[in-house]
Amino acid sequence: MSDVQEYKELTKNGLWENNPALVQLLGLCPLLAVTGTVTNALGLGLATLLVLVGSNVTVSLVRQWVPNEIRIPVFVIVIATFVTLVELTMNAFTYGLYMALGIFIPLIVTNCAIIGRAEAYASKNPWHKAAYDGFVMGLGFALVLVALGALREVLGQGTLLDGAELLLGQWATSLRIELIQFDYPLLLAVLPPGAFIGMGFLIALKNVIDRYRKEKAAQAPVEKAQRARVTAQ
Amino acid sequence: MSFFIASSPHHHQRRTTQDLMRIVLLAMVPGVLAQFYFFGWGIAFQLTLAIATAILTETLCLIARERPIRQALQDYTAVVTAVLLAVSIPPLAPWWIIVVGTVFSIGVVKHLFGGVGHNVFNPAMAGYVLLLISFPVQMTSWMPAVNLAGAHPGFFDSLALFFTQYTSEGFSLNQVRLVEQSSMLDAVVMATPLDHLKTELARGFTLSEALNHPMFSGIAGMGWQWVNAAYLLGGLFLLQQRVITWHIPAGFLGALGFCAMLGAIIAPDTLPGINLHLFSGAAMLGAFFIATDPVSAATSNRGKLIYAALIGVLIYVIRTWGGYPDAVAFAVLLANLCVPVIDQYTRPRTYGHSTGGSSS
Repeated sequence: MSDVQEYKELTKNGLWENNPALVQLLGLCPLLAVTGTVTNALGLGLATLLVLVGSNVTVSLVRQWVPNEIRIPVFVIVIATFVTLVELTMNAFTYGLYMALGIFIPLIVTNCAIIGRAEAYASKNPWHKAAYDGFVMGLGFALVLVALGALREVLGQGTLLDGAELLLGQWATSLRIELIQFDYPLLLAVLPPGAFIGMGFLIALKNVIDRYRKEKAAQAPVEKAQRARVTAQ
Repeated sequence: MSFFIASSPHHHQRRTTQDLMRIVLLAMVPGVLAQFYFFGWGIAFQLTLAIATAILTETLCLIARERPIRQALQDYTAVVTAVLLAVSIPPLAPWWIIVVGTVFSIGVVKHLFGGVGHNVFNPAMAGYVLLLISFPVQMTSWMPAVNLAGAHPGFFDSLALFFTQYTSEGFSLNQVRLVEQSSMLDAVVMATPLDHLKTELARGFTLSEALNHPMFSGIAGMGWQWVNAAYLLGGLFLLQQRVITWHIPAGFLGALGFCAMLGAIIAPDTLPGINLHLFSGAAMLGAFFIATDPVSAATSNRGKLIYAALIGVLIYVIRTWGGYPDAVAFAVLLANLCVPVIDQYTRPRTYGHSTGGSSS
Protein backbone atom coordinates (compact mmCIF):
# COMPACT_ATOMS: atom_id res chain seq x y z
CA MET A 1 0.00 0.00 0.00
CA SER A 2 1.40 3.32 -0.98
CA ASP A 3 1.76 6.09 1.55
CA VAL A 4 -0.91 8.30 0.03
CA GLN A 5 -3.37 5.46 0.09
CA GLU A 6 -2.54 4.70 3.68
CA TYR A 7 -3.07 8.30 4.71
CA LYS A 8 -6.41 8.27 2.95
CA GLU A 9 -7.32 5.10 4.77
CA LEU A 10 -6.28 6.64 8.10
CA THR A 11 -8.42 9.71 7.43
CA LYS A 12 -11.45 7.66 6.55
CA ASN A 13 -11.02 5.48 9.64
CA GLY A 14 -10.51 8.29 12.08
CA LEU A 15 -13.32 10.50 10.90
CA TRP A 16 -15.95 7.94 10.03
CA GLU A 17 -15.42 4.17 9.67
CA ASN A 18 -13.68 3.67 13.00
CA ASN A 19 -14.57 6.92 14.75
CA PRO A 20 -13.44 6.66 18.39
CA ALA A 21 -16.71 8.06 19.76
CA LEU A 22 -19.35 6.81 17.34
CA VAL A 23 -17.99 3.37 16.48
CA GLN A 24 -15.44 2.33 19.09
CA LEU A 25 -17.50 4.04 21.82
CA LEU A 26 -14.30 4.92 23.67
CA GLY A 27 -13.88 7.85 25.99
CA LEU A 28 -17.59 8.06 26.69
CA CYS A 29 -17.12 9.47 30.20
CA PRO A 30 -15.77 12.89 29.13
CA LEU A 31 -17.89 12.74 26.01
CA LEU A 32 -21.09 12.54 28.00
CA ALA A 33 -20.01 14.71 30.90
CA VAL A 34 -18.75 17.91 29.27
CA THR A 35 -20.87 18.26 26.15
CA GLY A 36 -23.39 20.59 27.78
CA THR A 37 -22.24 23.44 25.54
CA VAL A 38 -20.27 23.73 22.30
CA THR A 39 -17.52 25.67 24.06
CA ASN A 40 -16.89 23.00 26.66
CA ALA A 41 -17.02 20.30 24.01
CA LEU A 42 -14.61 22.15 21.76
CA GLY A 43 -12.21 22.78 24.65
CA LEU A 44 -12.08 19.17 25.68
CA GLY A 45 -11.97 18.03 22.06
CA LEU A 46 -8.92 20.19 21.36
CA ALA A 47 -7.20 19.08 24.57
CA THR A 48 -7.77 15.43 23.66
CA LEU A 49 -6.55 16.06 20.13
CA LEU A 50 -3.28 17.59 21.37
CA VAL A 51 -2.69 14.78 23.84
CA LEU A 52 -3.45 12.16 21.22
CA VAL A 53 -1.01 13.57 18.68
CA GLY A 54 1.72 14.04 21.30
CA SER A 55 1.35 10.60 22.82
CA ASN A 56 1.14 8.86 19.44
CA VAL A 57 4.36 10.51 18.22
CA THR A 58 6.23 9.76 21.44
CA VAL A 59 5.04 6.18 21.69
CA SER A 60 5.97 5.62 18.08
CA LEU A 61 9.47 7.08 18.61
CA VAL A 62 10.24 4.93 21.64
CA ARG A 63 8.54 1.79 20.37
CA GLN A 64 11.86 0.04 19.62
CA TRP A 65 13.09 0.40 23.20
CA VAL A 66 9.94 -0.43 25.18
CA PRO A 67 9.78 -4.09 26.21
CA ASN A 68 6.43 -5.64 25.50
CA GLU A 69 5.84 -6.56 29.15
CA ILE A 70 5.84 -3.02 30.47
CA ARG A 71 4.44 -1.18 27.49
CA ILE A 72 1.15 -0.23 29.17
CA PRO A 73 2.75 1.64 32.11
CA VAL A 74 5.10 3.38 29.70
CA PHE A 75 2.20 4.45 27.49
CA VAL A 76 0.29 5.73 30.50
CA ILE A 77 3.27 7.77 31.69
CA VAL A 78 3.71 9.26 28.23
CA ILE A 79 0.02 10.14 28.03
CA ALA A 80 0.01 11.54 31.56
CA THR A 81 2.93 13.79 30.67
CA PHE A 82 1.08 15.29 27.76
CA VAL A 83 -2.10 15.66 29.79
CA THR A 84 -0.15 17.58 32.42
CA LEU A 85 1.27 19.82 29.71
CA VAL A 86 -2.17 20.53 28.29
CA GLU A 87 -3.67 21.01 31.73
CA LEU A 88 -1.06 23.55 32.78
CA THR A 89 -1.40 25.34 29.45
CA MET A 90 -5.17 25.60 29.84
CA ASN A 91 -4.72 26.75 33.42
CA ALA A 92 -2.48 29.54 32.19
CA PHE A 93 -4.30 30.73 29.07
CA THR A 94 -7.97 29.66 29.28
CA TYR A 95 -8.61 29.78 33.00
CA GLY A 96 -12.41 30.03 32.75
CA LEU A 97 -12.61 26.95 30.59
CA TYR A 98 -10.13 25.20 32.84
CA MET A 99 -12.49 25.77 35.76
CA ALA A 100 -15.53 24.75 33.72
CA LEU A 101 -14.05 21.45 32.59
CA GLY A 102 -12.62 20.73 36.05
CA ILE A 103 -11.74 17.11 36.73
CA PHE A 104 -12.30 16.07 33.12
CA ILE A 105 -9.00 17.55 31.93
CA PRO A 106 -6.82 15.32 34.16
CA LEU A 107 -9.18 12.47 33.34
CA ILE A 108 -8.06 12.58 29.71
CA VAL A 109 -5.30 10.25 30.95
CA THR A 110 -7.88 7.52 31.36
CA ASN A 111 -9.50 8.12 27.98
CA CYS A 112 -9.38 4.70 26.37
CA ALA A 113 -9.34 6.19 22.89
CA ILE A 114 -5.82 7.50 23.52
CA ILE A 115 -4.23 4.40 24.97
CA GLY A 116 -6.15 2.41 22.36
CA ARG A 117 -4.43 4.27 19.53
CA ALA A 118 -1.04 3.99 21.25
CA GLU A 119 -1.47 0.25 21.55
CA ALA A 120 -3.15 -0.48 18.23
CA TYR A 121 -1.34 1.89 15.90
CA ALA A 122 1.46 4.05 17.26
CA SER A 123 3.45 1.17 18.75
CA LYS A 124 3.65 -0.50 15.35
CA ASN A 125 4.14 2.37 12.90
CA PRO A 126 6.66 5.13 12.16
CA TRP A 127 6.19 8.48 13.84
CA HIS A 128 4.80 10.53 10.96
CA LYS A 129 2.03 8.04 10.32
CA ALA A 130 1.34 7.79 14.06
CA ALA A 131 1.13 11.58 14.26
CA TYR A 132 -1.36 11.70 11.41
CA ASP A 133 -3.38 8.87 12.94
CA GLY A 134 -3.50 10.71 16.25
CA PHE A 135 -4.59 13.86 14.47
CA VAL A 136 -7.50 12.36 12.55
CA MET A 137 -8.62 10.21 15.46
CA GLY A 138 -8.55 13.25 17.75
CA LEU A 139 -10.37 15.26 15.12
CA GLY A 140 -13.04 12.59 14.79
CA PHE A 141 -13.50 12.55 18.54
CA ALA A 142 -13.62 16.33 18.75
CA LEU A 143 -16.17 16.58 15.94
CA VAL A 144 -18.52 14.20 17.72
CA LEU A 145 -18.05 16.17 20.94
CA VAL A 146 -18.93 19.40 19.18
CA ALA A 147 -21.92 17.87 17.40
CA LEU A 148 -23.31 16.52 20.66
CA GLY A 149 -22.51 19.77 22.43
CA ALA A 150 -24.34 21.76 19.75
CA LEU A 151 -27.36 19.46 19.93
CA ARG A 152 -27.60 19.75 23.70
CA GLU A 153 -26.92 23.47 23.80
CA VAL A 154 -29.58 24.27 21.21
CA LEU A 155 -32.21 22.15 22.94
CA GLY A 156 -31.26 23.13 26.45
CA GLN A 157 -30.48 26.84 26.07
CA GLY A 158 -31.42 27.78 22.53
CA THR A 159 -27.93 29.17 21.93
CA LEU A 160 -24.73 28.14 20.20
CA LEU A 161 -21.17 28.92 21.32
CA ASP A 162 -22.34 30.46 24.58
CA GLY A 163 -19.24 31.33 26.60
CA ALA A 164 -16.86 30.96 23.66
CA GLU A 165 -14.73 33.74 25.18
CA LEU A 166 -13.59 31.27 27.82
CA LEU A 167 -11.75 29.35 25.14
CA LEU A 168 -10.91 31.87 22.45
CA GLY A 169 -10.47 35.16 24.28
CA GLN A 170 -12.58 38.25 24.65
CA TRP A 171 -13.28 38.83 20.95
CA ALA A 172 -15.22 35.57 20.82
CA THR A 173 -18.08 36.97 22.90
CA SER A 174 -19.68 38.02 19.64
CA LEU A 175 -19.68 34.43 18.38
CA ARG A 176 -22.59 33.64 20.65
CA ILE A 177 -25.63 32.87 18.53
CA GLU A 178 -29.09 33.05 20.00
CA LEU A 179 -31.12 30.62 17.91
CA ILE A 180 -34.32 30.23 19.87
CA GLN A 181 -35.75 32.05 22.87
CA PHE A 182 -37.22 29.39 25.10
CA ASP A 183 -39.63 30.32 27.82
CA TYR A 184 -39.09 26.87 29.21
CA PRO A 185 -35.89 25.25 27.93
CA LEU A 186 -35.73 21.48 27.76
CA LEU A 187 -33.64 21.02 30.89
CA LEU A 188 -33.25 17.34 30.16
CA ALA A 189 -30.90 18.08 27.27
CA VAL A 190 -28.41 19.79 29.57
CA LEU A 191 -28.65 17.10 32.24
CA PRO A 192 -26.74 13.80 31.98
CA PRO A 193 -29.67 11.73 30.62
CA GLY A 194 -29.83 14.13 27.68
CA ALA A 195 -26.23 13.26 26.88
CA PHE A 196 -27.00 9.56 26.70
CA ILE A 197 -30.14 10.06 24.63
CA GLY A 198 -28.40 12.52 22.30
CA MET A 199 -25.45 10.17 21.86
CA GLY A 200 -27.85 7.37 21.01
CA PHE A 201 -29.44 9.50 18.32
CA LEU A 202 -26.04 10.47 16.89
CA ILE A 203 -25.00 6.82 16.61
CA ALA A 204 -28.36 5.99 15.06
CA LEU A 205 -27.87 8.80 12.54
CA LYS A 206 -24.45 7.42 11.59
CA ASN A 207 -25.91 3.96 11.09
CA VAL A 208 -28.71 5.34 8.92
CA ILE A 209 -26.19 7.18 6.74
CA ASP A 210 -24.03 4.07 6.48
CA ARG A 211 -26.98 1.94 5.43
CA TYR A 212 -28.07 4.51 2.89
CA ARG A 213 -24.56 4.60 1.36
CA LYS A 214 -24.36 0.83 1.33
CA GLU A 215 -27.64 0.55 -0.52
CA LYS A 216 -26.45 3.14 -2.99
CA ALA A 217 -23.16 1.31 -3.46
CA ALA A 218 -25.04 -1.90 -4.15
CA GLN A 219 -26.89 -0.21 -7.01
CA ALA A 220 -23.87 1.62 -8.36
CA PRO A 221 -22.07 -1.13 -10.40
CA VAL A 222 -24.92 -1.30 -12.90
CA GLU A 223 -24.37 2.32 -13.88
CA LYS A 224 -20.63 1.76 -14.16
CA ALA A 225 -21.08 -1.13 -16.55
CA GLN A 226 -23.17 1.05 -18.82
CA ARG A 227 -20.64 3.86 -18.85
CA ALA A 228 -17.73 1.52 -19.68
CA ARG A 229 -18.16 1.61 -23.44
CA VAL A 230 -16.06 4.61 -24.65
CA THR A 231 -13.84 3.06 -27.33
CA ALA A 232 -15.78 4.14 -30.43
CA GLN A 233 -13.80 7.27 -31.23
CA MET B 1 -64.04 -44.85 19.59
CA SER B 2 -61.18 -42.51 18.98
CA PHE B 3 -60.48 -39.24 20.71
CA PHE B 4 -59.58 -36.09 18.95
CA ILE B 5 -55.99 -35.30 19.87
CA ALA B 6 -55.16 -31.64 19.59
CA SER B 7 -51.63 -30.49 19.21
CA SER B 8 -50.11 -28.04 21.64
CA PRO B 9 -50.53 -25.37 22.92
CA HIS B 10 -53.32 -26.79 25.04
CA HIS B 11 -53.75 -23.69 27.13
CA HIS B 12 -55.38 -20.90 25.23
CA GLN B 13 -55.20 -17.26 26.07
CA ARG B 14 -58.73 -16.28 26.75
CA ARG B 15 -58.28 -12.66 25.90
CA THR B 16 -56.43 -10.59 23.37
CA THR B 17 -54.33 -7.57 24.19
CA GLN B 18 -57.19 -5.46 22.93
CA ASP B 19 -59.62 -6.92 25.48
CA LEU B 20 -57.12 -6.53 28.32
CA MET B 21 -56.41 -2.93 27.49
CA ARG B 22 -60.13 -2.17 27.27
CA ILE B 23 -60.64 -3.56 30.75
CA VAL B 24 -57.69 -1.49 32.02
CA LEU B 25 -59.23 1.64 30.54
CA LEU B 26 -62.58 0.76 32.09
CA ALA B 27 -60.92 0.22 35.45
CA MET B 28 -59.39 3.66 35.32
CA VAL B 29 -62.76 5.36 35.03
CA PRO B 30 -63.40 5.75 38.80
CA GLY B 31 -59.98 7.28 39.37
CA VAL B 32 -60.35 9.66 36.45
CA LEU B 33 -63.81 10.69 37.67
CA ALA B 34 -62.42 11.33 41.15
CA GLN B 35 -59.67 13.49 39.69
CA PHE B 36 -62.24 15.33 37.60
CA TYR B 37 -64.34 15.93 40.71
CA PHE B 38 -61.49 17.26 42.81
CA PHE B 39 -59.31 19.03 40.27
CA GLY B 40 -61.71 20.27 37.64
CA TRP B 41 -61.91 20.27 33.88
CA GLY B 42 -58.18 20.11 33.22
CA ILE B 43 -58.06 16.33 33.28
CA ALA B 44 -60.57 16.12 30.43
CA PHE B 45 -58.41 18.29 28.17
CA GLN B 46 -55.26 16.43 29.15
CA LEU B 47 -56.86 13.09 28.32
CA THR B 48 -58.21 14.24 24.97
CA LEU B 49 -54.96 15.77 23.82
CA ALA B 50 -52.88 12.87 25.16
CA ILE B 51 -54.93 10.24 23.36
CA ALA B 52 -54.94 12.21 20.10
CA THR B 53 -51.18 12.74 20.28
CA ALA B 54 -50.56 9.11 21.16
CA ILE B 55 -52.58 7.80 18.22
CA LEU B 56 -50.91 10.23 15.83
CA THR B 57 -47.41 9.38 17.07
CA GLU B 58 -48.13 5.67 17.00
CA THR B 59 -49.37 5.92 13.42
CA LEU B 60 -46.33 7.88 12.28
CA CYS B 61 -43.95 5.45 14.01
CA LEU B 62 -45.70 2.47 12.47
CA ILE B 63 -45.50 4.03 9.01
CA ALA B 64 -41.81 4.75 9.51
CA ARG B 65 -41.22 1.18 10.68
CA GLU B 66 -43.36 -0.27 7.89
CA ARG B 67 -45.59 -2.21 10.24
CA PRO B 68 -49.33 -2.93 9.91
CA ILE B 69 -51.11 0.10 11.31
CA ARG B 70 -54.69 -0.94 11.92
CA GLN B 71 -53.85 -3.94 14.06
CA ALA B 72 -51.42 -2.05 16.26
CA LEU B 73 -53.75 0.87 16.75
CA GLN B 74 -56.61 -1.38 17.71
CA ASP B 75 -54.80 -2.99 20.61
CA TYR B 76 -55.22 0.21 22.68
CA THR B 77 -51.75 0.05 24.23
CA ALA B 78 -50.95 3.55 23.02
CA VAL B 79 -54.20 4.82 24.48
CA VAL B 80 -53.45 3.24 27.86
CA THR B 81 -50.00 4.85 27.88
CA ALA B 82 -51.53 8.21 27.02
CA VAL B 83 -54.17 7.91 29.74
CA LEU B 84 -51.61 6.91 32.38
CA LEU B 85 -49.48 9.90 31.47
CA ALA B 86 -52.44 12.28 31.35
CA VAL B 87 -53.67 11.38 34.84
CA SER B 88 -50.14 11.75 36.26
CA ILE B 89 -49.53 15.35 35.30
CA PRO B 90 -51.13 18.42 36.86
CA PRO B 91 -54.57 19.01 35.31
CA LEU B 92 -53.90 22.57 34.21
CA ALA B 93 -50.37 22.10 32.94
CA PRO B 94 -49.95 23.84 29.56
CA TRP B 95 -50.94 21.80 26.52
CA TRP B 96 -47.45 21.32 25.11
CA ILE B 97 -46.36 19.49 28.27
CA ILE B 98 -48.59 16.52 27.56
CA VAL B 99 -47.72 16.61 23.86
CA VAL B 100 -43.97 16.47 24.52
CA GLY B 101 -44.45 13.72 27.10
CA THR B 102 -46.68 11.57 24.91
CA VAL B 103 -44.48 11.90 21.83
CA PHE B 104 -41.45 10.86 23.90
CA SER B 105 -43.33 7.97 25.53
CA ILE B 106 -44.65 6.51 22.29
CA GLY B 107 -41.93 7.50 19.86
CA VAL B 108 -38.75 7.01 21.84
CA VAL B 109 -39.50 4.75 24.78
CA LYS B 110 -41.88 2.43 22.97
CA HIS B 111 -41.05 2.36 19.27
CA LEU B 112 -37.30 2.92 19.32
CA PHE B 113 -37.05 -0.10 21.59
CA GLY B 114 -39.12 -2.21 19.23
CA GLY B 115 -42.78 -1.40 19.81
CA VAL B 116 -45.41 -3.29 21.77
CA GLY B 117 -43.90 -6.00 23.93
CA HIS B 118 -40.31 -4.89 23.52
CA ASN B 119 -40.08 -1.75 25.61
CA VAL B 120 -37.64 -2.10 28.49
CA PHE B 121 -39.15 0.82 30.36
CA ASN B 122 -42.70 1.71 31.17
CA PRO B 123 -43.44 4.28 28.44
CA ALA B 124 -45.81 6.45 30.48
CA MET B 125 -43.42 6.72 33.40
CA ALA B 126 -40.41 7.43 31.22
CA GLY B 127 -42.40 10.23 29.61
CA TYR B 128 -43.39 11.49 33.03
CA VAL B 129 -39.78 11.53 34.24
CA LEU B 130 -38.70 13.40 31.11
CA LEU B 131 -41.31 16.05 31.85
CA LEU B 132 -40.59 16.22 35.55
CA ILE B 133 -36.88 16.83 35.22
CA SER B 134 -37.25 19.11 32.20
CA PHE B 135 -40.13 21.30 33.36
CA PRO B 136 -40.21 21.07 37.17
CA VAL B 137 -42.29 24.22 37.64
CA GLN B 138 -45.15 23.22 35.37
CA MET B 139 -45.07 19.64 36.59
CA THR B 140 -45.57 20.52 40.24
CA SER B 141 -48.29 23.16 39.83
CA TRP B 142 -51.23 21.16 41.11
CA MET B 143 -54.46 22.90 41.93
CA PRO B 144 -55.79 22.64 45.45
CA ALA B 145 -58.46 19.97 45.74
CA VAL B 146 -61.87 21.42 45.09
CA ASN B 147 -63.62 21.37 48.42
CA LEU B 148 -60.67 23.05 50.06
CA ALA B 149 -60.80 26.16 47.99
CA GLY B 150 -64.23 26.66 46.57
CA ALA B 151 -64.97 26.44 42.90
CA HIS B 152 -62.33 25.71 40.32
CA PRO B 153 -62.07 27.66 37.11
CA GLY B 154 -64.98 26.69 34.89
CA PHE B 155 -64.90 24.85 31.60
CA PHE B 156 -63.94 27.80 29.41
CA ASP B 157 -61.49 29.27 31.87
CA SER B 158 -59.83 25.87 32.19
CA LEU B 159 -59.66 25.54 28.43
CA ALA B 160 -58.10 28.99 28.16
CA LEU B 161 -55.59 28.15 30.89
CA PHE B 162 -54.75 24.88 29.21
CA PHE B 163 -53.97 26.43 25.85
CA THR B 164 -52.81 29.95 26.59
CA GLN B 165 -51.81 29.89 30.26
CA TYR B 166 -54.30 32.71 30.92
CA THR B 167 -58.00 32.74 31.73
CA SER B 168 -60.37 34.82 29.66
CA GLU B 169 -60.05 37.57 32.25
CA GLY B 170 -56.29 37.49 31.96
CA PHE B 171 -55.28 35.69 35.13
CA SER B 172 -52.31 33.35 34.90
CA LEU B 173 -52.36 29.87 36.39
CA ASN B 174 -50.34 31.06 39.34
CA GLN B 175 -52.75 33.89 40.05
CA VAL B 176 -55.67 31.48 39.93
CA ARG B 177 -53.88 29.21 42.34
CA LEU B 178 -53.15 32.14 44.64
CA VAL B 179 -56.79 33.26 44.61
CA GLU B 180 -57.83 29.76 45.53
CA GLN B 181 -55.25 29.67 48.27
CA SER B 182 -56.28 32.98 49.76
CA SER B 183 -59.70 31.54 50.36
CA MET B 184 -58.00 29.24 52.81
CA LEU B 185 -56.87 30.45 56.20
CA ASP B 186 -53.31 29.44 55.68
CA ALA B 187 -50.95 31.26 53.39
CA VAL B 188 -48.54 28.43 52.67
CA VAL B 189 -47.73 27.68 49.08
CA MET B 190 -50.29 25.25 47.82
CA ALA B 191 -48.84 21.94 46.88
CA THR B 192 -49.79 18.33 46.87
CA PRO B 193 -49.93 16.83 50.36
CA LEU B 194 -46.64 14.99 49.89
CA ASP B 195 -44.97 18.10 48.56
CA HIS B 196 -46.27 20.21 51.40
CA LEU B 197 -45.18 17.66 53.95
CA LYS B 198 -41.68 17.51 52.52
CA THR B 199 -41.30 21.29 52.58
CA GLU B 200 -42.59 21.62 56.11
CA LEU B 201 -40.39 18.83 57.43
CA ALA B 202 -37.40 20.42 55.72
CA ARG B 203 -38.22 23.68 57.44
CA GLY B 204 -37.85 21.92 60.77
CA PHE B 205 -41.46 21.38 61.74
CA THR B 206 -42.47 18.12 63.30
CA LEU B 207 -44.86 15.81 61.57
CA SER B 208 -47.86 16.76 63.70
CA GLU B 209 -47.24 20.43 63.05
CA ALA B 210 -46.95 19.82 59.33
CA LEU B 211 -50.16 17.81 59.34
CA ASN B 212 -51.96 20.64 61.11
CA HIS B 213 -53.19 22.07 57.83
CA PRO B 214 -56.70 21.97 56.42
CA MET B 215 -55.63 19.86 53.47
CA PHE B 216 -54.80 16.98 55.78
CA SER B 217 -58.31 16.54 57.09
CA GLY B 218 -59.22 12.93 56.55
CA ILE B 219 -56.73 10.14 56.48
CA ALA B 220 -54.22 11.22 53.88
CA GLY B 221 -54.99 14.63 52.49
CA MET B 222 -58.15 16.15 51.14
CA GLY B 223 -59.02 15.01 47.65
CA TRP B 224 -56.00 12.81 47.22
CA GLN B 225 -57.26 10.09 49.51
CA TRP B 226 -60.43 9.77 47.43
CA VAL B 227 -58.51 9.74 44.18
CA ASN B 228 -56.38 6.95 45.57
CA ALA B 229 -59.42 5.11 46.89
CA ALA B 230 -60.99 5.32 43.44
CA TYR B 231 -57.88 3.85 41.83
CA LEU B 232 -57.89 1.13 44.49
CA LEU B 233 -61.45 0.34 43.47
CA GLY B 234 -60.44 0.16 39.82
CA GLY B 235 -57.48 -2.01 40.76
CA LEU B 236 -59.65 -4.46 42.63
CA PHE B 237 -61.82 -4.67 39.53
CA LEU B 238 -58.71 -5.54 37.51
CA LEU B 239 -57.85 -8.24 40.03
CA GLN B 240 -61.38 -9.60 39.91
CA GLN B 241 -61.24 -9.67 36.11
CA ARG B 242 -57.87 -11.46 36.36
CA VAL B 243 -56.21 -8.90 34.17
CA ILE B 244 -53.45 -8.67 36.79
CA THR B 245 -52.41 -11.07 39.50
CA TRP B 246 -52.21 -10.10 43.15
CA HIS B 247 -48.43 -10.33 43.29
CA ILE B 248 -47.43 -6.90 42.09
CA PRO B 249 -49.99 -4.78 44.01
CA ALA B 250 -49.39 -6.87 47.14
CA GLY B 251 -45.63 -6.65 46.91
CA PHE B 252 -45.76 -2.95 46.09
CA LEU B 253 -48.19 -1.87 48.81
CA GLY B 254 -46.79 -4.40 51.30
CA ALA B 255 -43.23 -3.14 50.97
CA LEU B 256 -44.26 0.51 50.99
CA GLY B 257 -46.55 -0.06 53.98
CA PHE B 258 -43.92 -2.03 55.86
CA CYS B 259 -41.30 0.68 55.35
CA ALA B 260 -43.79 3.37 56.37
CA MET B 261 -44.68 1.41 59.50
CA LEU B 262 -41.01 0.94 60.43
CA GLY B 263 -40.40 4.62 59.83
CA ALA B 264 -43.36 5.65 61.93
CA ILE B 265 -42.16 3.44 64.77
CA ILE B 266 -38.54 4.62 64.64
CA ALA B 267 -39.12 8.32 64.10
CA PRO B 268 -42.79 9.20 64.60
CA ASP B 269 -41.98 12.90 64.69
CA THR B 270 -40.45 13.21 61.27
CA LEU B 271 -41.62 10.29 59.13
CA PRO B 272 -45.22 10.18 57.93
CA GLY B 273 -47.20 7.06 58.65
CA ILE B 274 -48.66 4.27 56.63
CA ASN B 275 -51.91 6.07 55.75
CA LEU B 276 -50.10 8.98 54.15
CA HIS B 277 -47.83 6.76 52.14
CA LEU B 278 -50.50 4.44 50.83
CA PHE B 279 -53.20 7.01 50.13
CA SER B 280 -51.41 10.00 48.73
CA GLY B 281 -49.52 10.73 45.57
CA ALA B 282 -49.67 8.05 42.95
CA ALA B 283 -49.44 5.06 45.30
CA MET B 284 -52.60 3.22 44.25
CA LEU B 285 -52.34 4.23 40.60
CA GLY B 286 -48.78 2.93 40.66
CA ALA B 287 -49.56 -0.31 42.42
CA PHE B 288 -52.43 -1.42 40.23
CA PHE B 289 -51.97 0.31 36.89
CA ILE B 290 -48.37 1.35 36.39
CA ALA B 291 -46.18 -1.31 37.99
CA THR B 292 -48.39 -4.05 36.53
CA ASP B 293 -47.46 -3.20 32.93
CA PRO B 294 -46.99 -6.76 31.61
CA VAL B 295 -44.11 -5.86 29.31
CA SER B 296 -41.73 -4.03 31.60
CA ALA B 297 -42.55 -5.97 34.80
CA ALA B 298 -40.93 -9.22 35.91
CA THR B 299 -42.34 -12.43 34.48
CA SER B 300 -42.63 -15.18 37.10
CA ASN B 301 -44.78 -14.80 40.20
CA ARG B 302 -41.78 -14.83 42.54
CA GLY B 303 -40.09 -12.32 40.26
CA LYS B 304 -43.16 -10.09 40.36
CA LEU B 305 -43.11 -10.06 44.15
CA ILE B 306 -39.43 -9.10 44.22
CA TYR B 307 -39.92 -6.50 41.50
CA ALA B 308 -42.91 -4.93 43.24
CA ALA B 309 -41.25 -4.96 46.65
CA LEU B 310 -38.24 -3.22 45.13
CA ILE B 311 -40.53 -0.50 43.81
CA GLY B 312 -42.20 -0.12 47.20
CA VAL B 313 -38.91 0.25 49.05
CA LEU B 314 -37.54 2.65 46.44
CA ILE B 315 -40.66 4.82 46.65
CA TYR B 316 -40.26 5.05 50.39
CA VAL B 317 -36.58 5.89 50.15
CA ILE B 318 -37.02 8.53 47.45
CA ARG B 319 -40.07 10.08 49.10
CA THR B 320 -38.29 10.29 52.43
CA TRP B 321 -34.73 11.21 51.49
CA GLY B 322 -34.90 12.17 47.83
CA GLY B 323 -35.34 15.52 46.19
CA TYR B 324 -38.79 14.95 44.72
CA PRO B 325 -42.02 14.69 46.71
CA ASP B 326 -43.37 11.64 44.91
CA ALA B 327 -41.37 8.80 43.53
CA VAL B 328 -43.51 6.24 41.74
CA ALA B 329 -42.11 7.07 38.32
CA PHE B 330 -38.46 6.94 39.38
CA ALA B 331 -38.98 3.77 41.39
CA VAL B 332 -40.76 2.03 38.51
CA LEU B 333 -38.02 2.96 36.03
CA LEU B 334 -35.25 1.78 38.37
CA ALA B 335 -37.08 -1.49 38.95
CA ASN B 336 -37.59 -1.88 35.19
CA LEU B 337 -33.81 -1.79 34.90
CA CYS B 338 -33.53 -4.66 37.38
CA VAL B 339 -36.10 -6.85 35.65
CA PRO B 340 -33.66 -8.83 33.46
CA VAL B 341 -31.63 -9.80 36.54
CA ILE B 342 -34.76 -10.65 38.53
CA ASP B 343 -36.05 -12.78 35.68
CA GLN B 344 -32.72 -14.57 35.43
CA TYR B 345 -32.75 -15.62 39.06
CA THR B 346 -36.46 -16.41 39.44
CA ARG B 347 -36.90 -18.81 36.59
CA PRO B 348 -39.50 -21.39 37.52
CA ARG B 349 -38.24 -24.97 37.65
CA THR B 350 -38.93 -26.88 34.47
CA TYR B 351 -40.92 -30.04 35.18
CA GLY B 352 -38.55 -32.97 35.42
CA HIS B 353 -35.43 -30.88 35.93
CA SER B 354 -33.74 -29.82 39.13
CA THR B 355 -33.26 -26.14 39.84
CA GLY B 356 -29.54 -26.19 40.50
CA GLY B 357 -28.65 -27.60 37.11
CA SER B 358 -26.35 -26.06 34.60
CA SER B 359 -29.30 -25.30 32.33
CA SER B 360 -29.22 -21.62 33.20
